[in-house]
Amino acid sequence: MSQTTAVHGEKISLLRVLGPAHVWALGVGIVLVGEYMGWNFAVGKGGMIAALIACWVAGLLYTCVAMIDSEVTSTVAAAGGQYAQAKHIVGPLMAFNVGLYLVFAYTMLEAANAITLGYLVQTVGTMAGFADVHDKPFIVLTIMFLAWLNYRGVYATLTVNLILTAIAFVAILILFAAVKPWSNELLNHQAMLNGLPYGWLGVIASLHFGLWYYLGIEGTCQAAEEVRSPARSLPLGTMTGIMTLLIAATMTWYVCSGLMPWEYLGQAVTPLFDAARLTNSMPLMVLLFVGTVFSTLASANGCINDASRAWFSMGRDRYLPTWFGAVHPKNRTPYRSIVFLVPVALVFAYFAPLDQVITFSILSGLLGYTYMSLNVILFRRKWPLGMIKRGYIHPFHPLPALVLLLLCSVTYFAVFLGYGTQLIAMLIFFVVASLWFHFHRYQYVRRGDQFTMQWPRPVGY
Amino acid sequence: MANSHYEPPKQSAFGQLIDSLFLLVLVIAALFAPLYLKLAGGGKIDIAVADKSTWAGLGQSAVQQAQWEKLGFTPETAASIITSRFDYSFNPTEVVITAVVIIGYFALLFAFSRTEYREVIEERFGRK
Repeated sequence: MSQTTAVHGEKISLLRVLGPAHVWALGVGIVLVGEYMGWNFAVGKGGMIAALIACWVAGLLYTCVAMIDSEVTSTVAAAGGQYAQAKHIVGPLMAFNVGLYLVFAYTMLEAANAITLGYLVQTVGTMAGFADVHDKPFIVLTIMFLAWLNYRGVYATLTVNLILTAIAFVAILILFAAVKPWSNELLNHQAMLNGLPYGWLGVIASLHFGLWYYLGIEGTCQAAEEVRSPARSLPLGTMTGIMTLLIAATMTWYVCSGLMPWEYLGQAVTPLFDAARLTNSMPLMVLLFVGTVFSTLASANGCINDASRAWFSMGRDRYLPTWFGAVHPKNRTPYRSIVFLVPVALVFAYFAPLDQVITFSILSGLLGYTYMSLNVILFRRKWPLGMIKRGYIHPFHPLPALVLLLLCSVTYFAVFLGYGTQLIAMLIFFVVASLWFHFHRYQYVRRGDQFTMQWPRPVGY
Repeated sequence: MANSHYEPPKQSAFGQLIDSLFLLVLVIAALFAPLYLKLAGGGKIDIAVADKSTWAGLGQSAVQQAQWEKLGFTPETAASIITSRFDYSFNPTEVVITAVVIIGYFALLFAFSRTEYREVIEERFGRK
C-alpha cells in the first residue's frame, strides 16, 4: 500500500526516511510528557501507593498493547497505523471509529501539552516577578508553531522530536540522581506516604490516570509508511519505548512521592517542575523547566504528526471528504489535515480544564486498546500463522489480548468513578458518528479499495 | 466467481463541506456538553477538618507543612486542596447502564463492520 496522492497527474508519496531511533522518538516523544504532567492525577484519585500500583498495572496493559501492535503493524505497514489495520481486519466502520480514536487521543493530548506549557510559563513568570503573565498566548503560539513545523516536513519534525525527547529524558535521570534516592536528605517517603486513602477502590480509580504514563506509545505505527524498514524498526522502536517509559515512570513517582504532600501532588499541573522547586536548587529548576517545555513540545509535535496522518488516511479512503486526502506537492505532508485539526486543538486548549482534556484523550485511547485486543484475535483467525509473512510474531497468543481486554474493562470502571458523564458523552458521540458513517458516508467509499495488502482471502470469507 | 464493482457517487464540494462541519460540530458538542452542563468530573466532596486556618488543623505534619510553604501555600490557600475528595459512592444501576452502552457500542461496530467487510472482500477477491 503506498500513500500517494495525485497532483497535476503525478503520483506523490510520503517519504521513507525514518529509522528505529525516530520510531522510538515518535513513541516516547509523545508519551514522555506523561511523566511531566497528568500522571499525578492518579495520586488524587487513589493516593500515592495507588498511583504506583496503577503505574505498573498500566505498564502491563501497555506491554500487551506493544506486543500486539508490533505484530500487526509490522505486517500491515501502512500509514494510519491501527486505522489501516482495522480496514484490513475488521471492516470500514471499525476503521472509521479507530481513526477517530486516534485523532481525538492525539488532538486532546496536544491540547493538554499546550495547557501545561502555558501554565508553566505563567508560573515561572510569576516567580520571576511578572505577575501579569497570561498563559493563553503561549497556548495559541505553541499549537500554531508546531502545526507549521509539521506542515513543513516529517523528517525535520521527528528529528527535532528526537533531540527534545532525549533532553527531557535526561532531565528526569539528572533529577533522580540529584535528589539522592539512596538517602533521606531530600526525599522523605515516611512522612509523605499515606497508605490508601480511598482503600482498594481508589487503586482501581487511579488506573484511569495511570494510563497517562504511557498513553500514545502506540503512535509509533502511525509513521509505518515513512519508516525505511518497518518489520525491524517498528517492534524495536516500540519495545525500547515501553522500557524507557517504565523506567522513567517509576523514577518520577519515587521522586515526587518523596517530596510533596499527596493532596498537592494529586492536582499539580507541573509535578516534576514542582519537585525541582522543592530541592531549592536553581540549576535543577532550570533543567526541569527546560525538560517540561521540551517534553510538551515534543509530545504536541508527535501528536500533530499522528492525528493529521490518521485524518489524512480517512480522507484518502473517502471515510471523510476527499479534500483531506491531499499531500503537499513540495513538503509532501498531509497539509490540509494538519491545518483542519488546529482549531479543534485550540478550542480545547483554550476553554477546557486540564483533567477533562486528559480524560477525553485517555477515553479515546482506551476505546482503541479495547479494539486492539479483539482485532488481534480476528487477525490470527483470518490469517493463521504461516499464511502470510509477519514482521514479528508476539508470544503467548491469546493471553496478551485477553489480559488487555480485562485491564481495559477495569479501566472503564476506573473512569466511571468520578468521570462517568464524560464516558457516556463520548460513547454517545461515537454511536451517532457510527450511524452517520454507516447510513450516509459509506456510500462514497470504494469497497474493493479498502483492502490493499497482497494477502490471500481471509479465512471464513 | 464474479467481481461485483461498486462505483460510489461523486460528492459535491458543498456536500464535503457539510460533512466536515457536521463532524466538527458533533465533536465539539459531545465533548463540551458535559463541561457546559457542569456534569464533568463531578463527584467531589469536602471532608471535615479540625481547623482550616492551621496546618495542624488540616492534618499536616511538620514535614508536610514545610513543603506546602516552599510551594507558596498558607493554610488558607491550601485548605480547599487538602479537604477535597472524590465521592466514589455509586448506584449499581448506573454501572450496569454504562456497561450496556459500552458493550452495545462495540456490538454495533462489529455487526455493521462485518456487513461492510463482506462487500469489501467480495469486490477484492470475487464472490465465492
